[in-house]
Amino acid sequence: MTALPTQRLESWRYTDLRALNAMSFAEAPAASLPDGLPDIGVPRLVFVNGRFDEAASSALPFARNFAAVDEVSDLPLARINAEHAHDGVTLEIPDGVDAGVVLLVSYANGGALHPRHRVSLGAGAALTLLEVVKGDGVYWHNPVTDIVLAQGASLAHYRLQDESQEAFHLATIRATVAADAAYESFTAVMGAKLSRAEFHVELTGAKAHTHLNAAQLLGGSQHGDFTSVVRHKAPDCSSRQTVKSVLCDSARGVFQGRIEVERVAQKTDGYQMSQALLLSPTAEMDIKPELQIYADDVKCSHGATIGALDEEQVFYLRSRGIPEDTARSMLIRAFLTEALEPVTHEGAHALFEAAIETWWARK
Amino acid sequence: MLEIKNLSARIGDKEILRGVTLSVPDGEIHAIMGPNGAGKSTLSYVLSGRDGYEVTGGEAIYNGQDILALTPEARAAAGIFLAFQYPVELPGVGNANFMRTALNAVKRARGEAELDAVAFLKLARAALKKLSMQDDMLKRNVNVGFSGGEKKRNEVLQMALLQPGLAILDETDSGLDIDALKIVAEGVNALRSETFSALVITHYQRLLDYIVPDKVHVLAAGKIVRSGGPELALELEARGYAGLEAA
Amino acid sequence: MSASIETRDTVEALAADKYKYGFTTDIAMEEFPKGLNEDIVRLISAKKNEPEWLLAWRLKAFTLWQKLEEPVWAHIKHPPIVYNELYYYAAPSGPAPKSLDEVDPELLNMYEKLGIPLSERAALAGVAVDAVFDSVSVATTFRETLAKSGVIFCPISEAVREHPELVRKYLGSVVPIGDNFFAALNSAVFSDGSFVYIPKGVRCPMELSTYFRINARNTGQFERTLIIAEEGASVSYLEGCTAPQRDENQLHAAVVELVALDDAKIKYSTVQNWYPGDADGKGGIYNFVTKRGACRGRNSKISWTQVETGSAITWKYPSCVLQGDGSVGEFYSVALTHNHQQADTGTKMIHIGKNTTSTIISKGISAGHSNNTYRGLVKILPQASGARNYTQCDSLLIGDQCGAHTVPYIESRNASAKVEHEATTSKIAEDQLFYCRSRGLSEEDAVGLIVNGFCKDVLKELPMEFAVEAQKLLAVSLEGSVG
Repeated sequence: MTALPTQRLESWRYTDLRALNAMSFAEAPAASLPDGLPDIGVPRLVFVNGRFDEAASSALPFARNFAAVDEVSDLPLARINAEHAHDGVTLEIPDGVDAGVVLLVSYANGGALHPRHRVSLGAGAALTLLEVVKGDGVYWHNPVTDIVLAQGASLAHYRLQDESQEAFHLATIRATVAADAAYESFTAVMGAKLSRAEFHVELTGAKAHTHLNAAQLLGGSQHGDFTSVVRHKAPDCSSRQTVKSVLCDSARGVFQGRIEVERVAQKTDGYQMSQALLLSPTAEMDIKPELQIYADDVKCSHGATIGALDEEQVFYLRSRGIPEDTARSMLIRAFLTEALEPVTHEGAHALFEAAIETWWARK
Repeated sequence: MLEIKNLSARIGDKEILRGVTLSVPDGEIHAIMGPNGAGKSTLSYVLSGRDGYEVTGGEAIYNGQDILALTPEARAAAGIFLAFQYPVELPGVGNANFMRTALNAVKRARGEAELDAVAFLKLARAALKKLSMQDDMLKRNVNVGFSGGEKKRNEVLQMALLQPGLAILDETDSGLDIDALKIVAEGVNALRSETFSALVITHYQRLLDYIVPDKVHVLAAGKIVRSGGPELALELEARGYAGLEAA
Repeated sequence: MSASIETRDTVEALAADKYKYGFTTDIAMEEFPKGLNEDIVRLISAKKNEPEWLLAWRLKAFTLWQKLEEPVWAHIKHPPIVYNELYYYAAPSGPAPKSLDEVDPELLNMYEKLGIPLSERAALAGVAVDAVFDSVSVATTFRETLAKSGVIFCPISEAVREHPELVRKYLGSVVPIGDNFFAALNSAVFSDGSFVYIPKGVRCPMELSTYFRINARNTGQFERTLIIAEEGASVSYLEGCTAPQRDENQLHAAVVELVALDDAKIKYSTVQNWYPGDADGKGGIYNFVTKRGACRGRNSKISWTQVETGSAITWKYPSCVLQGDGSVGEFYSVALTHNHQQADTGTKMIHIGKNTTSTIISKGISAGHSNNTYRGLVKILPQASGARNYTQCDSLLIGDQCGAHTVPYIESRNASAKVEHEATTSKIAEDQLFYCRSRGLSEEDAVGLIVNGFCKDVLKELPMEFAVEAQKLLAVSLEGSVG
């Protein structure tokens, strides 16, 4: 197996995989489907321990069988995935088809899982893909999702990472977005002992757009890393990377974002925003928002804030008679509500809200 | 009835209030005027309990209770309302949710029954109508993306809902055009009653054309240096604050 | 007079000669053999009659340097530097001058030409100057005036002899000898530089300034500056740098250490105008510099201001270690790159003490085929309750063949700390240019004006005398970038 990256690698400086390296994982065992997996009344595809569960899944006209992976990636985790992948879903939406909503559920309870998912949308096609990952116990989930959007296609990709609190979750999502196409994603990070969601999006045609959004809700000694690289390779494209983190206990949050603008990518509009709330004296947040720009007619900016709640706001609420505890929790909830704004599908929105509610109740 | 006796306060090492004495009987509206840096905003923050201001002496009694030891929310429950000079933006907090939470917290503290969402909405809509404001004010996030005038109107709306016994208006007129000024004034005038009093803090006389005060006090260098009737405001407007410290 | 007219005048005056400091000075020089080994280190130390402890210190640094590797993380490219092909010591030959009267007139002429008159009569009012030529300090002005208030301002080689207790206590205490490859190299072979000591409670009565000049061919310059401000002391220090126009690259690897004790204030300004190389990227200085200040005392303050327009490559991160409670660190930077220049510069603010605050304002301007990177670290340690940082870094691109990069690292481990960071990248807006031109400015003047406006927040931090100079420098450095 290709070695796991170490912190000497600049792109891994904030995430230490030694704990994962120290463990040895067999291939994930077969397991049966637990009760209570989400079902929001839309077509559903189910994976258990990395294997497609046909019985529990809906039949979809545009779903194809898994095909072997043939690539040697520069990204260590994608390379490891390529070496081990033997299952995954392939969704191919033909030109002009709006495929509605598909729910992809992954459940795991042991071993190492390296699923390879592929999503391609033809010209003008549309899809909302809602991914929910859950599990129990110790395991390593290392999924790679490759996305290709043809001209004018539109993919909304919502991910709820709610792995077991003992699990390792290292996801790689790569997308190429053609002219006038849009890739919108939202990731809620709540689970796993150590997790990283790594996005690589290339905007290859004029007026392509992407929005990579995340909310990290971490507690205990959880480590959550959101890393995103958007490469502008064509003019008039826009990109957004926005991450909100709420860190309790000794949790550690990481955001590494990069906007790369190639010489041809004039009129690029790029924006990164990272906001973190540290709710405990031992929480930690590390941010590296990077701009790499080779075109002159661009508008790129980033902003970052780390801190506790704004005391001005707390006082304003209290001056209206709201007790301090209520005021603080109102502000934290508001912070998270804002993070959920990009999730426009009602069913998906409700699912995320419920997950945040559960998380909040546990705190 | 608000009674401030010899109140002194500082920020860090800097003395701002140096013995303010003032009483505002029920049913009266008093204006506090004074030059920049006189301590006007400090007085309003000390009365409403904001952190960072250290009271070094004196007391402030409202309806027989010393309020200086109370938390900001307890003061709100006691009936004190501060209309902010710069209302704070609360991204992600809906205006309706905010006001209902506030109103119910105050009601709970007073041992009154809380309002459900429907009852609250009815109340809020009525208040909006009275103040010539749009219903969408309730759906927006608190003060986020509001114009200067809208923020001040939102303060007046909150005041109308919370029905305070004592309102402190901290330079509410700053940055307002005449129409917005009138709405603010109407909001305050509508609350006028034998059980309502107000401290109107302002730099200019303009607002006092619309909220006619019973008394005018001049605060300079942390002390009340002169008191008088509404005519004092006109005099200040004509002659400025120069020389007041000596008075 | 408005900045625009001044800018235009300067551009016109210098239109013929873009780098006006590119001349060489012909003077008899003493050079050590080429290459770097223990013997060269011993030779440098012997030449300066150094005490045993300092030689041992240098040798230790040399041993460490041999084990270290040249850093590769910066966004810069250059052919490998062959350290054994360089000269590590060059100085005007003959015994050291005891006073200005003994300084070679050729040298005095050179400094005149650079606009740095060394005779005290002609000197800039209120500015004391230490002039460092290749490896040695050739003159320090106003020493007696300063001595009256107890301020020590002298070449560091002299301080080693005259004030060994101070040098020994503080040298390497902020930048340890093995801190990084270039700092280790400097520690082994540093030749001269300035030493400043401001005693307790003293406000330094004049601006202090060091003027660095590289002249000799193939010679590295490794100056070392140490500034100590005792309790309640304050000082404003400025350094300027130029070098002749040569086809080969020259190495400059300096180390600057600042120490501020309780309530002390140090303001350190740099106008860096080393030879940047020609329009095709040939020649120019490799400027690999380690600058760090330690705010050791309560409520101490260190403020770095830099205007970087020169050098083929700039690799420089003036930093503040905020140890004392309530201490303050500031970094104000303008970095302008043109032609094939490369700059990777920024700062580190390490918050250790309670209620420490830092401010970072960085303005990067890229033109021609250059690459300009801001790289900065803000680190809040767990004990730094109430720490505050505000960072703003803005980049301006002129032309579509250059690059502008921003690489901030923000690490917070204290919930009561507040860190805010903003960055923007933009170009000069067409309507700004049009507005200026419709008022009669040439395009080049308009760019100079807008760039100066873009940098205003930084330029206003410079001592007055140098702010005007820096403004002119920006305009001149941008020449040929439009049209």
